[in-house]
Amino acid sequence: MADTSLSAPGPKLSPGLRASLPVLFLLIAGFLAPLLTVAAYAFATPKSFDVFRSFTLENLSAIFDPNNTVWTSFVWSLALAFACVAILLVICYPIAFGLNKVFGKWSGFVSVLFVFPLFVSENVRLYGWVLFFIKNGVLDGALKWFGFSGGPELLYTPGITLFGMIYVYLPFMLFPMTLGIAMIPRDLVDAASDLGAGRLMIWREIELPLAMPGILIGALLTFVLAAGAVAEAKILGGQSVITITQDIEVAFTYAQNWPMGSALALILVLIVSGLALSAMARLDLDKILGKR
Amino acid sequence: MQTVGRTRTHFLIRAWTAFVVLAIYLPIACGALAGLSKGRYFAFPVKILSGEWWGKTWDSLEIQVLVQNSVLIALIVTVLSVLFAFFGALAFARYPWKGRRAFQRLLLLPIFFPQPVLGLALLLWFNALGISPTWKTAVVAHLVWIVPVVTLVIAIQVFSFDPVLEEAASDLGASRLFTLRTVTLPILWPGIWSGALFAFLLSWGNFPLSLYTAGADSTIPKWLYSKMVAGYTPMVPALGTMSTLTAAALLLGGGLIRFLIRRRAELRAREG
Repeated sequence: MADTSLSAPGPKLSPGLRASLPVLFLLIAGFLAPLLTVAAYAFATPKSFDVFRSFTLENLSAIFDPNNTVWTSFVWSLALAFACVAILLVICYPIAFGLNKVFGKWSGFVSVLFVFPLFVSENVRLYGWVLFFIKNGVLDGALKWFGFSGGPELLYTPGITLFGMIYVYLPFMLFPMTLGIAMIPRDLVDAASDLGAGRLMIWREIELPLAMPGILIGALLTFVLAAGAVAEAKILGGQSVITITQDIEVAFTYAQNWPMGSALALILVLIVSGLALSAMARLDLDKILGKR
Repeated sequence: MQTVGRTRTHFLIRAWTAFVVLAIYLPIACGALAGLSKGRYFAFPVKILSGEWWGKTWDSLEIQVLVQNSVLIALIVTVLSVLFAFFGALAFARYPWKGRRAFQRLLLLPIFFPQPVLGLALLLWFNALGISPTWKTAVVAHLVWIVPVVTLVIAIQVFSFDPVLEEAASDLGASRLFTLRTVTLPILWPGIWSGALFAFLLSWGNFPLSLYTAGADSTIPKWLYSKMVAGYTPMVPALGTMSTLTAAALLLGGGLIRFLIRRRAELRAREG
């Protein structure tokens, strides 16, 4: 059956384009169209459902009104995402290095240990941390059992929100970084070492630049996901921090102000995709320079 | 001296990795403990362990519906996403065509996108189309995110595939369908299998997309979240642990089957 449709007369499509059609259809109908709907809603009359029928800049001007404090949510989300990326770079680099050069035949197993949590929904894992940090929870109870006066009150603070984000997004930094470090040819490092380069110099001049595409992808992915995070702030942070995605969600649900939610979402998408696209452009340049 | 330094560095790397792995599994262990402790409220150290809440969770009719929803969604997502991703991976990695680079980037976009925002955007889109959200719309939402992931997984297998094999088959007079069945599919099997496993597990554990696009229908992660926010019962950690163990069993079983497929293929290659 597939055979007859493939040899059917008509304009001939290249096999690659033909194979891409199902996925293209899905992405257009399930990704691009929803984003266009969000963009259309962002310019609809506030607190209405008049999408595609009205055009107004009221939603955007309300967001940029100096009296509106929604900008603090943007600042929190972007600052937390930035901190999350910076800390994960430090946490993941030794592990990614180990997966490539130290663990040997164990690295497959260690990778599976890091992949598996991706299949457990993040709210379950975050709730485990609540049970750990809560009063009479694992940490507090254990400290009391050892005769201390009890654990510190860490829950429901901005710091614990950041901790939750670091926890949830760790694999998204680790695996691209591991792929990046795998791109470092061993003989190049050996050659530099034979020529008398120190460990630090090899790292700075050879390893880091060659692993950069992978590290950059990891940083970008983590930043984008963390900038749109909401569960961490709700479950662990106890809303001590309102992230931008939470503002968007509130506008869509309780406030029933879809145009306002869409305008906020549109700004977030623009920031995120602007970053993604500019980093992707730089990434290609690095690749071209790396290819020689 | 350099070897001493290297040994020490390697030791530190191993110790750090072990520490991070422990930290990753610590909350999962806390949940398991809370689900197994007696009494309405969790307190550590746990005085009495009991299967009371596991039993209650197992018998709950409400939870049976959730499990059915989650399994149904994950099964449909698995079948559909493998079908989409098989062809997507060929377009991504097999054929040199004009739009390939643009296609590769477009495919990455849903992965590089915050899932809660994607879920809300889909909710708006379904509403604009006049479709009220149910578990079926959740399937669509899962596909938008999971198909790109599965495509990447299968594409890795396609990259290691020599197109000459397909050409040889068609030169020898095999039809396109016959070539697909006897040459392409057997080579790509391990990738397809991994992709299917990823699809099922990612759908099974997905929370942000289900939250906004499943409407009144609930899945396991969605129900857990609603109880975490209001109305905690020890059934929450009990069900969470059951769901985690299911995922672990599937991952182990799936990995074992993949291993057996590969071994059988190797044995066959040696015999033939």
